[in-house]
Amino acid sequence: MVGKEQEEMEKGYTVLTYAEYEEGLRNGRLLGLRCASCGGITCHPMPVCQWCGRRVLKRIELSGEGELTTFTVIRVPSEGFEEDAPYIPCLVKTKEGPCVVGRLDYNTENAMQELIGKQVKMKGSYTYEGDKYSGGAHTCPVFGVVE
Amino acid sequence: MRRIAIIGIGHTKFGRASKTSLELFSEAALEAIDDAGVELKDTEALFQGAALPGFEEGQVMPAVFSAAELNMCPIPATRYEGACASASIAIREAAMWVGSGEYDMVLAGGVEKASSMGTLFATRTFAMACHAPTEGPVGLTFPGVFAMAARRYSKNYDIPIDKLREKMAHVSVKNHKHGALNPLAQFYKKLGDLKVEDVINSRYVADPLTLLDCCPFSDGAAAVVLCAAEEAKKYTDDPVYILGTGQGSGGPLSKMEDLTKPVSRINSARMAFKHAGLSPSDIDVLELHDCFTIAELIALESMGFFGWGEAADATADGQTDLGGKIPVNMSGGLIGKGHPIGATGASQVYWLVKQMRGEAPKDNQINPVPEYGMTDTLGGDFGTLCHIIVGRTK
Repeated sequence: MVGKEQEEMEKGYTVLTYAEYEEGLRNGRLLGLRCASCGGITCHPMPVCQWCGRRVLKRIELSGEGELTTFTVIRVPSEGFEEDAPYIPCLVKTKEGPCVVGRLDYNTENAMQELIGKQVKMKGSYTYEGDKYSGGAHTCPVFGVVE
Repeated sequence: MRRIAIIGIGHTKFGRASKTSLELFSEAALEAIDDAGVELKDTEALFQGAALPGFEEGQVMPAVFSAAELNMCPIPATRYEGACASASIAIREAAMWVGSGEYDMVLAGGVEKASSMGTLFATRTFAMACHAPTEGPVGLTFPGVFAMAARRYSKNYDIPIDKLREKMAHVSVKNHKHGALNPLAQFYKKLGDLKVEDVINSRYVADPLTLLDCCPFSDGAAAVVLCAAEEAKKYTDDPVYILGTGQGSGGPLSKMEDLTKPVSRINSARMAFKHAGLSPSDIDVLELHDCFTIAELIALESMGFFGWGEAADATADGQTDLGGKIPVNMSGGLIGKGHPIGATGASQVYWLVKQMRGEAPKDNQINPVPEYGMTDTLGGDFGTLCHIIVGRTK
């Protein structure tokens, strides 16, 4: 198989793979995609724009800044997270538009409703090594409150 | 599409079972067959909801082995999986096939045996219905998802979180009151006189939700026999008809516009109403997915029974209990009756039919019997939604 045929075989529909996205997180970078059609930002990466569904996507880096939409303090964890508990999953609406799910680095005893709406910034990442059902390790962003 | 009738119903005791899933489903199926007054061999296909049988008993293809257990092979037998909405999508699919004319009579339902997994591993496997790449490493749990939704509800409608906790607690108090009266419920004769303070003072699972804001892990099965509506009177004097169904899909939490207004649920409910030619004001009773107290409030608003942000006060005022605007979860719901996830949708249909036959447990029965009822079943974090509208007249 040579030339054009080989090229066709290797043509992917994925502009930014999940592995690349997670590698970015581990390097302190929040990566995403900009849609040339509607201008919307997609994050986490998908093969189509999360806003308009079109496919003209280009890799970009987000600021990692946003607003805390909601959170909770997990007291009863699922298997594999016993040693983390209590911990704080959160949703963040990024400055660029899309929401991302991550962990919030904050004292769990002081995590009150007033946190919602606060400005947050990505300050690192958390990698869960996975169990036998996870298909390997996965990484999520960790946010801190901008005081 | 032809109209579809429910002519037989079956339901095991919910709770902790020593029997296998195959035995549990067989018992619900045989009860439904006997209730319809037909024979197993009269059914042409099996549609079975089951969410996690691989983790519970090392069993995939449970529908096939259920068919085998009942000596129904080689008819088509298919498992439907939509997490906690598995049985609802199985029944919806069954209704489609009968409606299309391909089959005249089928068996549908669901089964689950979650309690054997224990809380830690059950929490892990239930969380598999979250978006694994993004929500997996976060360590999100289902109580966690709904706790986040509760905090958002508090923020959206400017209800202080302590006030919202009180209002949410009324859902648990009401559903436990009904569950305690239901002999098939996991909490039969238990927690029937729960107080708001008990719910609030129970221990936190995921702030602001406490243990008594949550439904339990459960085992159980439920099944229904469906046939073409025009044939129904051959088998029973009081068939209940499936008038409309809807289904919707969501995605990762991060792609939702607002956790308190799940588009998947709004669309699914509207699809069902449109299909049935009815609106919320026509519905007399609801069996809806109260996996957590806040979930009942979000469901009521998304389906159009209350305005946005109004279900909390309405519930605290008794508008969702007997004598109120719309009685909700007279069976006890998931909180009081138990939640064997793959069976729940079939259980909801079972209890609506019981209400319409006037056979609900004493003190849970609505008088006069309801004309129209509706189920709402949720799988995952708003990933799979299904609604089924039933009525006493075609």
